[in-house]
This record gives sequence, C-alpha cells and structure tokens, in this order.
Amino acid sequence: MSQLTEERMLDSGEKELVLDVRTQDMEINMGPQHPATHGVLRVVLTADGEILTSADPHVGYIHRCAEKVGENVDFDGYIPYTDRYDYLSAMNNNVGFALVVEKASGLEVPPRATWLRMIVSELNRVASHLLAFGTYGIDIGAITPFLYGFREREWVLSLFEKICGARLTYSYAFPGGVINDAPGGWFDEVLKFCDVFDRKWREYDDLLTRNKIFIERTKDVGSVTADQAREFGWTGPCLRGSGVRYDLREAQPYLFYDQVGFDVPIGRGEMGTVGDCWDRYWVRMAEMLQSTRIVRECVERCIKDTTPGEVMAKKPKTLKVAANEAYVGIENPRGELGHYLVTDGGAQCFRIKVRGPSFTNVSCLAKLLPGTMLADAVAIIGSIDIVLGEVDR
Amino acid sequence: MTELLITKVILAGFVVFAVLNLAGLHTWVERKQSALIQDRIGANRASIFGFRLFGIFHGIADALKMFTKEDVIPAGANKTLHTVAPFFSVLFSLVVFAAIPFGPTLLIPGLEPIHLQVAKIDAAVLYIFAMLSLGVYGVIIAGFASRNNYALMGGLRATAQMISYEVALGIAIIGVIMVYGTMDLGEIVDRQGHLIGGWLPMWGIVTQPIAFIVFTTAALAETKRAPFDLPEGESEIIGYFVEYSGMKFGMFFLADFLETIVVATLATTLFFGGWQIPYMAADGFHFPWGWDIPIDNWLYVLLGFLSFSAKTLAFCFVFMQIRWTLPRFRYDQLMDLGWKGLFPIAVVNVVVTAIIMTVMGKVG
Repeated sequence: MSQLTEERMLDSGEKELVLDVRTQDMEINMGPQHPATHGVLRVVLTADGEILTSADPHVGYIHRCAEKVGENVDFDGYIPYTDRYDYLSAMNNNVGFALVVEKASGLEVPPRATWLRMIVSELNRVASHLLAFGTYGIDIGAITPFLYGFREREWVLSLFEKICGARLTYSYAFPGGVINDAPGGWFDEVLKFCDVFDRKWREYDDLLTRNKIFIERTKDVGSVTADQAREFGWTGPCLRGSGVRYDLREAQPYLFYDQVGFDVPIGRGEMGTVGDCWDRYWVRMAEMLQSTRIVRECVERCIKDTTPGEVMAKKPKTLKVAANEAYVGIENPRGELGHYLVTDGGAQCFRIKVRGPSFTNVSCLAKLLPGTMLADAVAIIGSIDIVLGEVDR
Repeated sequence: MTELLITKVILAGFVVFAVLNLAGLHTWVERKQSALIQDRIGANRASIFGFRLFGIFHGIADALKMFTKEDVIPAGANKTLHTVAPFFSVLFSLVVFAAIPFGPTLLIPGLEPIHLQVAKIDAAVLYIFAMLSLGVYGVIIAGFASRNNYALMGGLRATAQMISYEVALGIAIIGVIMVYGTMDLGEIVDRQGHLIGGWLPMWGIVTQPIAFIVFTTAALAETKRAPFDLPEGESEIIGYFVEYSGMKFGMFFLADFLETIVVATLATTLFFGGWQIPYMAADGFHFPWGWDIPIDNWLYVLLGFLSFSAKTLAFCFVFMQIRWTLPRFRYDQLMDLGWKGLFPIAVVNVVVTAIIMTVMGKVG
C-alpha cells in the first residue's frame, strides 16, 4: 500500500501529493532507426510516463568528412559533395559553393546562369518544403498529406531531371555558371507548374493546415521566443517562425534577389504563441507561395533579358584561385548555408568550412524537449525540419 | 437437440467465414481506398495466372508472407504471454459477432424458425461490452511481454484509452437501451422496425442522434485506428506490436480490422435498424402512401441480410475515410475528449432521454 507522506505546493499554486511509491523514469532510445527522426538522429529520452524529463541528441552517424574531401579535390570536383550534405536542397548547396568560389576568384557569371540558378533554387525550396510538409503530416499522424506533397514534388524533380539529368543530387551550378541551359519548353512547364501548384497549395491548407486536430497538436507546442531562437543560432524558417524577419535573400541579397519582389513570411502566433510548431510549419507553407512568385518573375526576366546558350563563364579547364578567403551565406530551405573558403593559389580549397543550418537548428533539442510529452517531441523535431545528411556532413 | 446444434454450427461457421473474409478483404479495401484518397493507383501487382482483379489477391499474398516469416520472440521476453497475446486480441474480437443479429427469422418447412443470430442472449449488449473490454488484454499483454519500452508505452496508452472510452461508449448505449427497453440486440432491431407517426422508421439514429455521435467517436477510439491510433502511433512509439513478426503480427493486424467490423456492425444494429429496411415487414413492403408489395420469406431474409451487410460496409467505408484523413490526437487531448467531452454529453443525453420519456408517458 502506498501512503501519503507529504504534500508539496507547486509554483502554480496547486498542491501535489507525494506518494510513497518508488517510481523509475523510463529511458527511451529514440533513433537512430526511428521513423520520426528523419534520418539517423538519435535522441536519448528519459520519460516519466508520457512526459519527458530529459533529452540528449546524439549526432554523427553519417559523418563523411565532406570538408576534408574539399581539400583534396578541385573546385568543380567538390560540387557533387555539396549535393550530399542537404540532399533535399542540392541545388541551393551547389549555388552556395559556386558563389563562394566565384567570390574568391572573381569569376564573372553570365546573367542567364544567375537567373537559372535562382529558378532552380526556388523550385528546390518548394520541393524541400513539400517534403517537410508531408513528413510533418506523418509525424502528426496524417499520412495522406505526405502523398499529396510528393505528387507535386515529383513534378519539380522531373523539371530538374530535364535540365540537369538528375533527380536528387543535381550538380547543376558550378563555379562560373550552370552546366546546361534550359531545354526547349522548359520555361513554359515551369510556369505551368507554378500555376498548378498555387491551386494545389489550397488543398494542403484544407487538409492539414486548418485541421482542428493538427492545430491542437502543434499550437503552443515547442514555443521559442525570438531571443531564444537567436541564442540557439537558428536561421531560416525556424527563426522566422519565432517572429524574426531575417532572410538572407532580403538581408544580404545574393544572385539577383534584390531585383525581384517577394515577401518574407514570419510567425505571428496565429493559432497560439509566437514561435510554436504551427508557426514554423506555417512559415514554410507561406514561403512556397513566395517561391513560385519569384520563379515566375525570374522566368520572365530570364527570357526577356538574356541570350540563350550563355550559361557558363570562360574559365580554364582546372580553375586555380589565388591566395584569398571568402564567406558566402545563402538562404537554404532550412536556413543559412555558409561556406567559408580559404585558397592558396592551388586548384583545391586550402580549407573549406560549411556552416549548415540543420546542425545549428538541431542544437535546441536538449532545451526544448524536457517537460513536453513524447508525442510533442515528435512534433518539435519535425517542425525544426532537419536533414541529417547536413547535420553530420 | 441435434437439429439445433447443427443449425447453430452452420450459423457460427457462416458468421466466422464471412467475418474473417471481410477482414481479409479489408486489407485490400484499405489499400485501394487509401490509394484513391491519395491520388495513387494502389496495390495491383499480385496476380494468379495473370488475373489481377484490381489487386484483390494481395490479401492472399499477405497471408502467405505472414505465415512463412520467421516468428521472433525477443530475448528476455515472457514467452508464454508473448505468444498468447495475439490470440487474445483475435478471439475476443471474433466472439462478439455471436450476439449480433444479421438477418430476420428464416422459416424452413419442417424446421424450427431460425433466428439469424448465432447466440440469442438476453443481455447481449452487456456480453458485447464484456468481450470488447477483454480484447484490450491482448494489447496490454503484448506491450508488457515484449520487454520493449516502446511496446510497453503502447500497452499503457491502450489501457488508458480503452478505459476512458468504454465509459462514454457504455453510457451512450444506455440511451438506446432506455428507448427500446431491452438489452437483447434481436429485440432492439425488431423494435427499430416500428414507425413513428406512420412514416418515420424508429431507428436509433432518429431516437438517439446524440448517442449515435458519442457512440461512433468512442467506438472509433475503441478500434485503435486514426485519429485515435495512439497505442499504435507509428511515428511516435511504433506500436505495442513492435516486437512481433510473422503471423502473430498478422493476428494483431487482423484483430484491428475485426474490431473495425465489430464497431460497424454494432453501429448498424443499434442505430441504423440492423437488418431492417424501412417499410419492410415479414409479409412484404407496406409503404405509407398505400402501396403494398408482398414478398416471400426467403426474399425477406435475403433483403434483410443484404441491408445489414450494406450498412456495415458503409460504416467500414466511413471509418476508413476518417482514418486516412485525420491526424492523430495527443495523449492528453485524447483523455480530455473522452472525459471532458464525450462523457458529459453522454450523461446529459441519458438524463434528457429520461425526462422526455417520462413526459411522453413511456415509463410505467
């Protein structure tokens, strides 16, 4: 028989009865093979019933020394390695590395290549957010949105296949430009995709975003204030979900982002508090519409202002860059992807450092998870939308 | 006596055959229906001699796979309980069907009238609830005996969920019992054949609409399927059956579908007139606008059975549709809905029903 031994006052003013029962917290090893960790993240959780008391993320299961490899292959040869850190936004990764090499070497990129880079970057952002949307649905328990998201994602992948031949690891943007010009009819199909996508987006809104259960599951869960988000070093949709208007496309325009019009959606606490899971999710959804808007404008400018065929700058077969250093940060679907490059006059990077958004974003788990329920842990990890390929590189 | 025994064995055999096959078909329905919802084609590869029949053979392929897979019992698990658990689940879902009347009385010359109901139990409603409650033991034991934290969590969730929702479920049914004045399911169905004001069938949905909503919601929770699939919770805890493989896993899978069918038949029986068709009586149709169409007993029985099947399938369809549309609740939200939402509504429904019945003079 358990006996009442003492009564304790909680901060909230409620009385808690402390019973003479020996209880033991349960240790749950979430991952590295767990459906909700989106890869090989391992989180060691201790749970008191359904409520988590501590969380300890372990990363590094797929570390592949990408940066070290960069010191041993030439600049063009490193591009395929960039594909593989955040494999869901390979186009953006390519562009990020190409930009930093161009900045260090002073290579001039033809305008058509820049427009094409913007188009594929934004399309890749849509594809990446669609996956985030779908998998988030699965995390919350709804499987159908996943398939809806994949339906449209397939179309983007087909567009990429037409322009560069690959569906996941594109290696499309290289220092100096892009490898291929858009094939005939490609721009029309891109515009058609944008129109269809904007209509389909409403379906997602009906099916998941405004679903009562979904809102209940995500509002007020894992709320992060703007200050906290900055402390975590968050960037991208996670930071904007906390109400901070910081988007590198707007704050430090690269490519031609200063020449196109778009909004930066931020979390407003529409359903609960600012910076909860729903806000982070919503920022991604709203960004997809902005992306199609940018794509439309880019396609128009690309056709009007540039001559077909000029997509690669004249550069030697093996590019050598004089001793120099450069940093370029770009807005990846998951946040700021920074490349810091040091060169020594050779054909390889002397040193390349990658600042990956997923790696920085995932750091919050030990702070955010304790005190939430097990199901919330899944919702929070999903809303941060990490790609483990980039966490570990 | 022998004659009765043979009749019962035939009836029981028929019900088990029908129900198990329907559960098997459910795997196909689930695949195809989810495919339709999700803009896919769905399973269509399994074929026998080149006949694909829209992938209907996938159920057979599933069964073959389950039977031939290695049956793994994790080290440290309780072997006996681990083995017994899936049988519990399937058994208690299957025996429920015994009390459900699936057609009117069949008259065969030279024989006693045959009620199309395996066991005519006076307190059938109680029997069904007892069996449904026992069904959860399979899940708890599975979670407990697997020696896996995830499975244990699934078992715990299932326990809490079943207890919470059975209360609402039971109280919702009390309204129905009050209106029809009996716990015998056969009687309840018979009395639903009466007409209110000469034209409106006295189905449960008409007399107890609130109870129907509470019942359906709670019953969905009872089936452990989305949006109440917490014990399973694929993306959180994988499920209470995480340590099961082969046909033992298959039995949990089967029990899931069986429970869906149980709930569909119960909803049909209690709220949609069971095998009744509006204006159909034993001697034929009597429409309120004056038409009379006499029918034979065999046609009457057949129509009744078809009506019952159609209603059950319609419910299965609705449940499936819900399962593939909605996300999953969180544990505390589930408890809130059960105790703070459904439970008070069900209680108020009983009180209101009692008052109305007293005012209308239905209570002696």
